[in-house]
Amino acid sequence: MMLMKSKRPISPHLQIYKPQFTSVMSILHRITGIVLSIGTLVLVYWLMAAAEGPQAYQQAQSLLSSWIGLLLLFGWSLALFYHLCNGIRHLFWDAGLGMDIKTVYATGKFVWIATLVLTVFTWIIAFSMKGAG
Amino acid sequence: MNLMRTSLSPVRGLGSAREGADRFIAQRLSAIALVPLLLWLVASIIFFITQADHATLVAWIRLHWNTELLILLILVLFYHTHAGLQEVLEDYVHNQIIKAISMVSMKFFVIAITVASVLAVLRIALGT
Repeated sequence: MMLMKSKRPISPHLQIYKPQFTSVMSILHRITGIVLSIGTLVLVYWLMAAAEGPQAYQQAQSLLSSWIGLLLLFGWSLALFYHLCNGIRHLFWDAGLGMDIKTVYATGKFVWIATLVLTVFTWIIAFSMKGAG
Repeated sequence: MNLMRTSLSPVRGLGSAREGADRFIAQRLSAIALVPLLLWLVASIIFFITQADHATLVAWIRLHWNTELLILLILVLFYHTHAGLQEVLEDYVHNQIIKAISMVSMKFFVIAITVASVLAVLRIALGT
């Protein structure tokens, strides 16, 4: 395989094209996917700390509730909700639904609105619980 | 059949391998399963990140359905993660040696942290 340098045409890379609403959303799906892959390590660390005992868990909690921890968690939640909402959009496409340009743009805008609403909603609940507790 | 193809090209691994649909379907199935699982996780984590102490978290994980959902989430999440990262590596890493090394390391790493996470949940759930 390595000896073969295929002469078949390949599609141009991202930098060739002018960024469009749809193409930006498409590459963001991959970028958020990669970010979330790294983000899962936070979940793993948190679970392992909880299994280790109260002391390790407390350490993880204070790390996560520091401003840098909260900033990371905020980015994590934003990436998660984007990937989740846009992933559902992809599932509809896989079923052959909503593939015309008009619908693609409409669902794209809806994904952005849903992402922002879910993220803001999550953090409002988080901080109101903190205030109550 | 494409008449432009020589009979050597399928041997060299060009074109359709006539497989891969199962991977396509498995990625979508894991995506569907993750929608409720992740919404459940976020709803739970908000509570535990903001106020619960260690004892409350342990008691919560020990509830049987929470143990089950957590382990399910970990397995499906890391399956989906590995499938996504594999796609990214396949698409963007063109050097065959670097691709092979990064693919193998990625898979080994994802499997290792999957086991570590399930183990952490079981240690809490079984109380050892």
